[in-house]
Amino acid sequence: MGHGRRIAYFDGIRWVTGLGNINWFKYASPVTFYGLAGRMIPWFSAAAAVLAVAGIYIGFFVAPTDFQQGEAYRIIFIHVPASWMSMFIYVVMAVWAGFGLVLNTRLSSMMASALAPTGAMFAFIALWTGALWGRPMWGAYWVWDARLTSELILLFLYIGFMALQAAIDDPRRADRAGAVIALVGVVNVPIIYFSVLWWNTLHQGSSISVTKAPAMAHIMLTGMLVMAIAAWMYTIAVVLVRVRCIILERERHSAWVADLVKEAK
Amino acid sequence: MLDVSGLECVRGDRRLFKDICFSLRPGALLQVHGPNGSGKTSLLRMLCGLVAPAHGDIQWQGSSIRAMGEEYFRAVTYLGHLPAVKDDLSALENLLISAELSGIQLSEEKAIVALRRMGLGGREMLPAKVLSQGQRRRVALARLLVAGTTLWILDEPLTALDSAAVQLMQTIMEEHLRKGGMVILTTHQELSVPGVTTQRLELAP
Amino acid sequence: MSDAGMFAILRCAIRRDLVLAMRRRADVLTTLFFFVIVVSLFPLGVGPEVNLLRSMGPGVVWVAALLASMLSLGRLFSGDHRDGTLEQMLLTPQPLPLLVFGKVVAHWLSSGVPLVFMAPVLGMQFGLSQDAVLVLMATLLLGTPVLSMIGAIGAALTLGLRGGGVLVSLLVLPLYIPVLIFGAGAVEASASGLGAQAHMSLLGAFLVASLLLAPWATAAALRISME
Repeated sequence: MGHGRRIAYFDGIRWVTGLGNINWFKYASPVTFYGLAGRMIPWFSAAAAVLAVAGIYIGFFVAPTDFQQGEAYRIIFIHVPASWMSMFIYVVMAVWAGFGLVLNTRLSSMMASALAPTGAMFAFIALWTGALWGRPMWGAYWVWDARLTSELILLFLYIGFMALQAAIDDPRRADRAGAVIALVGVVNVPIIYFSVLWWNTLHQGSSISVTKAPAMAHIMLTGMLVMAIAAWMYTIAVVLVRVRCIILERERHSAWVADLVKEAK
Repeated sequence: MLDVSGLECVRGDRRLFKDICFSLRPGALLQVHGPNGSGKTSLLRMLCGLVAPAHGDIQWQGSSIRAMGEEYFRAVTYLGHLPAVKDDLSALENLLISAELSGIQLSEEKAIVALRRMGLGGREMLPAKVLSQGQRRRVALARLLVAGTTLWILDEPLTALDSAAVQLMQTIMEEHLRKGGMVILTTHQELSVPGVTTQRLELAP
Repeated sequence: MSDAGMFAILRCAIRRDLVLAMRRRADVLTTLFFFVIVVSLFPLGVGPEVNLLRSMGPGVVWVAALLASMLSLGRLFSGDHRDGTLEQMLLTPQPLPLLVFGKVVAHWLSSGVPLVFMAPVLGMQFGLSQDAVLVLMATLLLGTPVLSMIGAIGAALTLGLRGGGVLVSLLVLPLYIPVLIFGAGAVEASASGLGAQAHMSLLGAFLVASLLLAPWATAAALRISME
């Protein structure tokens, strides 16, 4: 591009990044991110707590008793947000891992590693709450419906990612290998979901499906959304804590960590 | 033709070396010295392009080897610690297959000539698992004779070789250097390749 | 590099691995016997009731094929890794995905194809009709290459790691599930008269996608593991 246009392009970038008055690339270094993360954690934790209380209040007290399912249905206020978060986190994890692989930035890979356990936890919660919902509804804890089965497979994908990273000693190889499996996984998740959906609709004539919830009252949807955002805030807070630990671990030989330890003493 | 600047290697937690700079011109031999664990093998693997350096740049004929990709491999032969010889194949098969996979046209006669030169005459057809360590290394070294590459990167090539074979290697390297080739090697033994200026690189721990 | 040159390199890679597999026939045969044994365990576990076995048959054969394929992944790269030839492959001027493709094809020819030919014998154990057996063989023929291609990614990522075999299973089995669903589902669909075309086309699509994409992922994984 012409000289003048090139200058305009870079001026645009500077303007946009200058917009927040923050030089974002500074925070791509683990050292500076450590401080930033530390400052952000209290805010996100508070937001999570407030929203969770609000969500539970809506879900368990405000939302009306369901005509068909009685009180037991209220567990969807935990099940559905957990399920959404488990899928959302997997995609975010794959994106961070992809950045780490392509751009060679350490912090991106650390974020991916920090996200995995939380995502796995939400998948686990979604599975348990789904089973607990199934029992009063359909008389069985596990009915192999499409959503729960793909949730189970998603849990396996998370565990695979974490197991692979745990098995590799060299942090660089662990980051990059994890990125490959996360990217392969994220490409496969839609394929797996649709395969399982097909399998389920073929084998179970009448769809006994956890997704076939009755038409949602507006307030129920609000409750689920509030809980979902609460879960999101919680995730950010927890991931920031975890990534700070990973940073300390990876950088334990460097001077700034030694200073931190001295200050703490 | 090979220019290295500011090379740094980090393995796990430790920084093995930093700020390695040197240049190699046709006909040059570089010996890398250093105690065990100083990163000699890592340096050689970086020079081949197997490992990306933490910092620094390696340039072959003016272009970065990262950018060159597979083209760089056309100019390099690397021999590592392991002889890269398949036990279930014969020495001849090993040589022919490794040449074919590298895209080198190698006739059976030329392969046999190379193996004979390396002292494996009469053993070309035996499966490599019955050869001794030294003989397997000779099969690996025979690849140098047929590869036709400019830059040889050799990690302790003289291991398990008897003195006759060491002499042979020195002669082979001298021929290669005289034709304008380059050699980088690590060795614990002292090499004397006549008529060639040897550059030395010391890796301190 | 000309197309003819590429093809010659591919042929060389396939031939090399096939020769090596032939000289180590025991490894290849043990995979096959494992397949047969696992399949034979199921009737022993659930009883010889014919209708039950007939409905379970395709699924059981497919699960056994998955497990057998996964077990055989261990020898895809580890032999070459141990004697240094894998490192040399990373240093050839050829595109690494091409060499990987050749290795996986050879691996499939020596591990996957025998499973296809065992299917009639195993179908007999489960009382499957002749048509069902033919559909089963066709799905295995389309599906086992996909298993090899995807499995290669897992094998490349776990190169040289402790707990290798179990770790590969953990990584690769979730990715195998769509192939399992449509492979076994095809036989059932054809048995119930619905026709297996949709399943077969999907298996075909998986095959094409994995042939095109898996070698790249595997090559990247190899370079990462060999650093």
